[in-house]
Amino acid sequence: MAELDTSGGGKKDGGKVRTKKKAVRVDLTAMVDLAFLLITFFILTTTLNKPKSQELIMPDKDDKQTKEAVAETKTMTLLLGKDNKLEWFIGLPGKTAPAVISYSKDQLRKTLIDQNAKIKATHNGDPMIVIVKPSDKSTYNNVVTVMDELNIVDIEQRAIVDMSPVELDLLKRDGLY
Amino acid sequence: MPRVKIARKSTAIDMTAMCDVAFLLLTFFILSAKPKTQDPIKAEVPFSTSVTVVPEADFSTLLISQGKVFFNVEGEDLRKKTLEIMSEKYKIPFSPDDYKTFSNTEYSGMPMKQLRGFLELPDKDRTAYPQPGIPTDTTDTNELYDWIHSARLADKYEHDKELKIGIKGDAQQQYPIVRDVISSLQKQHVDRFNLITSLKTTK
Repeated sequence: MAELDTSGGGKKDGGKVRTKKKAVRVDLTAMVDLAFLLITFFILTTTLNKPKSQELIMPDKDDKQTKEAVAETKTMTLLLGKDNKLEWFIGLPGKTAPAVISYSKDQLRKTLIDQNAKIKATHNGDPMIVIVKPSDKSTYNNVVTVMDELNIVDIEQRAIVDMSPVELDLLKRDGLY
Repeated sequence: MPRVKIARKSTAIDMTAMCDVAFLLLTFFILSAKPKTQDPIKAEVPFSTSVTVVPEADFSTLLISQGKVFFNVEGEDLRKKTLEIMSEKYKIPFSPDDYKTFSNTEYSGMPMKQLRGFLELPDKDRTAYPQPGIPTDTTDTNELYDWIHSARLADKYEHDKELKIGIKGDAQQQYPIVRDVISSLQKQHVDRFNLITSLKTTK
């Protein structure tokens, strides 16, 4: 029998040692419960926790041939400053007054949608081009947020470019640097 | 009319088979789960709505946090090959044990000159050692540039594939160092890379 003999080995007096017969049935319900709980835990942690990624395509630095003149009225520049604030303007710096906004949905996204619609209306349906210029005081999170908003609003033409001194002065003037 | 008697059955079910299946599945999931390795530095990745999954092979991750850059390439064979190429480039020889340790270590953030000493530390000291990060100075060929370049060569030799590169940055990391990393990538014409994010769940 598949049972452990726990009665000890004493057989000195020659008498028969009798083991009690016990039912071998064990209630497995609790064990099964536990097993399934652990399975659920492992399924959830292995498949649902995969890191996601956002593709970023930078313009090639040495590629001079594809550079073409773009109407300045079609471009929107975002200057990323400190304290999770950014400012934006259309065209060249200094020509239109920059506006300071935050990264929230009702500010950044709304501005992008509005300006995109406006530029599309005045340029025969040409989409807006967005130039993102992160300053040294902005965080990595800010850049990712902006790229994500551009994905959501579906603006394909964008680039991350270094900031020029004129634009830095703008940020300093507005207290964002 | 005699009442029809319904035979009373015991409600106990034989759970043995169910238990077997449950534990079989449990074993499978435990074994297939990738053990979570401790990153040498903590990085809270930013949220985004992107759903592209990070590839598991032929992928290199650059971890940026607290102003330091760490380098990792997936796969032990690739790590070994990468170190071989680096060793040739910097004229620093490594022992077979060093290669073994390096291919088993995920993120490394040591300058080349100190890497050997770091690999020869006992396991316990090594994991606790505060690594200074890979130098990303703005010279034309900084060490990060060479690491990425070597890893790309290694992937080409070993698997004949283009290495994909991901940046895993801490959300609060100031931008300048990210710019240095991106410019190291762009210098070797890697213009497409991935920013590792976690999925934003609340709208």
